[in-house]
Amino acid sequence: MPESIVSLIDVEKRFGSNLVVRKMNMEIQEGEFLTLLGPSGCGKTTTLRMIAGFEDATSGIIKVQGERVENKEPYQRDVNTVFQNYALFPHMTVFQNVAYGLTIKKVPKDEIRRRVTEMLSLVQLAGYENRKPDALSGGQKQRVAIARALINNPKVLLLDEPLGALDLKLRKQMQIELKRLQKKLGITFVYVTHDQEEALTMSDRIAVMNGGVIEQLDTPREIYDRPKTRFVAGFIGESNIFDGVVRAVDGDLLRVECPAGMLTTRGQGFQVGEEMHVSIRPEYLEVGTGKFEGFELPAKVKDFTYMGTVVKTALDLSDGTEVKLSRFEQDARFREGDAVQIFWDPDKSVAIKKAQA
Amino acid sequence: MSTRINDTTDLQAISRKRDLRRKTIPALAQAGPVSVWMILFVTLPMLYIIYISFMSRGVFGDVVYEFSLESYQTLLDSIYFKVIVKSLQVALFTTVACLLLGYPFAYYIARKPPAVASKLIMLIMIPFWTNSLMRLNSWLLLFQTSGPVNTFLQWAGITSEPVTFIYTDPLVMLGLVTNMLPFAVLPLYSTIEKLQNSLLEASSDLGANPRQTFFRITLPLTFPGIFSAVILVFIPSLGIYTVSDMLGGGKVLYIGNIIKNQFGSIRNWPLGAALSVLLLVITGALIFLYTRFSKLEDMEVV
Ligand SMILES: Nc1ncnc2c1ncn2[C@@H]1O[C@H](COP(=O)(O)OP(=O)(O)OP(=O)(O)O)[C@@H](O)[C@H]1O
Ligand SMILES: [Mg+2]
Repeated sequence: MPESIVSLIDVEKRFGSNLVVRKMNMEIQEGEFLTLLGPSGCGKTTTLRMIAGFEDATSGIIKVQGERVENKEPYQRDVNTVFQNYALFPHMTVFQNVAYGLTIKKVPKDEIRRRVTEMLSLVQLAGYENRKPDALSGGQKQRVAIARALINNPKVLLLDEPLGALDLKLRKQMQIELKRLQKKLGITFVYVTHDQEEALTMSDRIAVMNGGVIEQLDTPREIYDRPKTRFVAGFIGESNIFDGVVRAVDGDLLRVECPAGMLTTRGQGFQVGEEMHVSIRPEYLEVGTGKFEGFELPAKVKDFTYMGTVVKTALDLSDGTEVKLSRFEQDARFREGDAVQIFWDPDKSVAIKKAQA
Repeated sequence: MSTRINDTTDLQAISRKRDLRRKTIPALAQAGPVSVWMILFVTLPMLYIIYISFMSRGVFGDVVYEFSLESYQTLLDSIYFKVIVKSLQVALFTTVACLLLGYPFAYYIARKPPAVASKLIMLIMIPFWTNSLMRLNSWLLLFQTSGPVNTFLQWAGITSEPVTFIYTDPLVMLGLVTNMLPFAVLPLYSTIEKLQNSLLEASSDLGANPRQTFFRITLPLTFPGIFSAVILVFIPSLGIYTVSDMLGGGKVLYIGNIIKNQFGSIRNWPLGAALSVLLLVITGALIFLYTRFSKLEDMEVV
């Protein structure tokens, strides 16, 4: 197993009486692109700031390259940060901004010149050396901020919603550039975003956070296909979630009773009588008339919505909850108000343990 | 690539000039009432002072309306020249002392939460609202030969004889510094307060220790505040006469006292006016420097 470059061990952060990060454990591998993803206020920025050293952890251990850093100031840590508001020094030119870290380290002048020039062409800003930050566009400022951090050859680059202030088109473009840069330089990126699409496309692994806790730390595929908690299932992509109780276990086939009826799913480690959740993506949901093996979920077709490439069908279950189904084409057999049965391939749904209260 | 950048800069410069013209005329119109007020209460008296400074003094201390450069020649006289130099030195000292004392204080206030900061600012302002004669008198009482300071020094065995503090230059400087400190703290506070914390964090993140961050980021970015503080402290300390009158007991002479005496007991208005003009010139020069400097800043940013 490769050595982790950053380790968080039982890290907690408290602001007054507000516990913002709870018993967090995370091993970040060298060279990976790890994203902290979660709703606003879940503690992503705070976690990043503790790694950078701007915030002291209330308790717990933080290691960078196996070395404890809790008592080190930011300028003593081998990590660099790209701030959301760029934080470029307004009284310095682009060149001076990028050169800042090297100037502080008293690197010889001609080496500085060489490395800054190199770095600026890497982020496609050659020729902008003498501009002041005020005379740059948002995307250009972002590149300067990235160049200014990368020139120090940090072991880890921390990025807090670096693309948050950019418009959609520029954002897509910068996502590709950032990923390319990360691959090329092989630097570990710890990236914060609350844009799940961004997280899914860019990351090697994603830590989904909620209320100061990492709910799941996995590859984008696993996060999407095998959510481990109800929150992750609901937060990533669209999902239909059923809360129910296991009524029968047959190998890894579970018969589950929920307020809307009965359903069947695959899942391991469940016992009869256990409360749990079942998540099924809209694209795997099926509709028909008649009886379906292992399912008894009567529903009524509510409406169809055209979403460009897909058609979404909303259906009301007997307990009043709504489920969504998505297809490339509208199902011609049904129209609004029809009574139908819902089912799916039990392999496609995910059985999720109920969180310990 | 670089030519394209130059092109855009030129374009920017041109449009800025156009902007300037478009903005100047309505601005002047709006300033109409203000200009009348300024002309009445500032420009006219100033012109009168300048006019008087080129007149001669009559035998009985009256102003004789005959053109003469006598007053200005007197200024070059070694006695006056020395006073001018000394006044400049003392004003400079006061300014530096106010900056050295005021900066850390302003920094401390600016880093406090706004509610606490406004209370601290209030604290700074309190001396402002007390009568200045009373404030100066209390310094005299503290430092007089049988006052608490001397009593303490003798009690502690630091001196055997009482030290003469009152009517000396150091006491005048102490009075000036304490008098002027709020004028330094306020502009400093307002620029330091605007300093974004993320810039300091970025500097630290890039490897700068607190000292390096201070000299490379904090100080340059708060320079406008420093310059305002310099102007607000230096100019009044050059002209003020109450402090040196009271704490210097008339023995310690500065430009301010001399001007006051020329218009008062000595009755040489042209000389007093010439000295005032000198102060005006120094003030004007400083303000000119300031506007030049801030314009330069602007241009560099664009
Ligand atoms: N300096 C602070 N003092 C007190 N509370 C704070 C401080 N910084 C953050 N918090 C609180 O900690 C919680 C987590 O904040 P944090 O900035 O880490 O969230 P986030 O996940 O980055 O959210 P967002 O996506 O909105 O940026 C929030 O409830 C916030 O109010
Ligand atoms: Mg945040």
